[in-house]
Amino acid sequence: MSATRSGTNAGGRWLGLYVLAYLVFLYLPILLIPLFSFNDSIQAAFPLQGFTLEWYATLYGNPALSGALGNSLVIGVVAASGATLCGITVSYMDLYGRSPLAATISAVARLPILIPGVIVGISLLILVNLVGLGPSRVAIVLGHILVALPATVVVMRSRFAAIPKTIREAALDLGASDWMTFRRVMLPLSLPAVLSAFMLAFLTSFDEFIVVFFLAGTEPTLPLYIWSQLRFPRSLPTVMALGTVILTLSFVIAALAEILRHRGLGAARRNPA
Amino acid sequence: MSTIVAARPLPESRISPVFRFAMLLPGGLVTFFLILFALGLVLFLAFRGNDGSLLGAGLTVENFVTVATDPLYWTVTLRSLVIAGLVTLATVVTAYPVAYYLAFHAGRRRNLLLFLVTLPFWTSYLLRVFAWKIVLAYNGVLNSAFIESGLWSEPTLAFLNTPTAVVVTLAHAYAPFAILPIYVALDTIPKSLLEAASDLGARPFTAFRRVVLPNSMPGVLAAALVVFVPTVGDYVTPAMVGGPASTMIGSLIQSQFGKANDWPFGAALSVCVMLVILCVVLLARGADRRFGSRT
Repeated sequence: MSATRSGTNAGGRWLGLYVLAYLVFLYLPILLIPLFSFNDSIQAAFPLQGFTLEWYATLYGNPALSGALGNSLVIGVVAASGATLCGITVSYMDLYGRSPLAATISAVARLPILIPGVIVGISLLILVNLVGLGPSRVAIVLGHILVALPATVVVMRSRFAAIPKTIREAALDLGASDWMTFRRVMLPLSLPAVLSAFMLAFLTSFDEFIVVFFLAGTEPTLPLYIWSQLRFPRSLPTVMALGTVILTLSFVIAALAEILRHRGLGAARRNPA
Repeated sequence: MSTIVAARPLPESRISPVFRFAMLLPGGLVTFFLILFALGLVLFLAFRGNDGSLLGAGLTVENFVTVATDPLYWTVTLRSLVIAGLVTLATVVTAYPVAYYLAFHAGRRRNLLLFLVTLPFWTSYLLRVFAWKIVLAYNGVLNSAFIESGLWSEPTLAFLNTPTAVVVTLAHAYAPFAILPIYVALDTIPKSLLEAASDLGARPFTAFRRVVLPNSMPGVLAAALVVFVPTVGDYVTPAMVGGPASTMIGSLIQSQFGKANDWPFGAALSVCVMLVILCVVLLARGADRRFGSRT
């Protein structure tokens, strides 16, 4: 944003440096977790005390941890499936349903962005108690479908909108039913986006803490397990080792989702009708 | 969102009712039952008295009277607004140049940079906050780094358990939220507008101030909203790095549904938070209309 007249290049270079500094600010605190997870000391402080894998060893053979991990995986897959299904149908009907109801559903589905997590959590807590479920894994799944819904709707909507209208019209003109058009034409064309939406929804659920805090019964998820361990200073290095594993997993899944999303969009542009 | 009304059925529209029903069912269940009905329950509970039962008893405005008359809730609400406001301001102001670079200077590095700034969004929020706890702790990274470099001789407590720590941590945790909306707004400014500005003799800064900035305001407002909403109701960061002096409204709601066990009162507090957010959304909408003449 330089105000100089020396051309946009000099300004761009300063701005590039700023972006670099910004990225350092963004990543440095996160990268401290892996750094200290290999540090041979119970405290996260300089100077570093030497390399160790001891903290990773403590992760192995811990029944509470593996139980939480199992819960998180099951809840993540089920919630991501639900959120992806809703994202696909909501955005498809929003674009092609031509009904005020479909448009309303689509607008409400994106509403959770404007509700703080704590309120999503307590509103679902009241709801699941009312219907007799109580805090449970089912309750967490419902909560995570809500939290992941805006992202899946946005991803699927932009994917469906990028498919040339003529393709769907051609299918319908050739006599394919609505279901056939959706199932055999539109869904296969948006498969990369479906996978991308699923992975992002899974990540959202896997890492979610604010809502799960209210909805968990006796079976905690991984973030709740971490939260419970934070009370004990002795388990700090274990938390950092666990955090490193989770961060690595998140980075890999998010990168795959991003690649899929781009591949999908690129393919749509390359094969117009 | 204002195009909803324009969806007139065209003559060739012939979606079968069964297909329509099946496709609307999952989204309809989730949106009406899990979102609207659940929020309705919160509103209902807010007007009930606490008798220990799930849905309370009677019909009363007592919860709201308590919120309005007890100075504690004013202090905490005001503090939440100030903290969320500062976080929003810091996040948007620092994100704007990044979005600007992405839109106008990034070239072929654009996709990689976009990916890098959004990646933290998909990592655990709890871990990002936890990272700041180890940075700011008494025996933590920052204190030990300063001692190691000889800048001061003993650790200071001044970092952790302050409202400043909450602002810094939240600003870092929600930074990735702000860049994307601003970037989209900047990226969709017609290049002809910029060319016209420079053809008409506007210097770069004038063109920025008179053309780019007003045209990107819808994105700035959207960014401010998506940062403000989750921060104003946050309870994790105040609990982790804030200490007692930075209790926020989200912490109070959480404790009403936990230790304090007064659900109707917690529901009333939630309704107040939603009203505050509604006001902010309406303000942003109003501002959007002033700037958003582009579309």
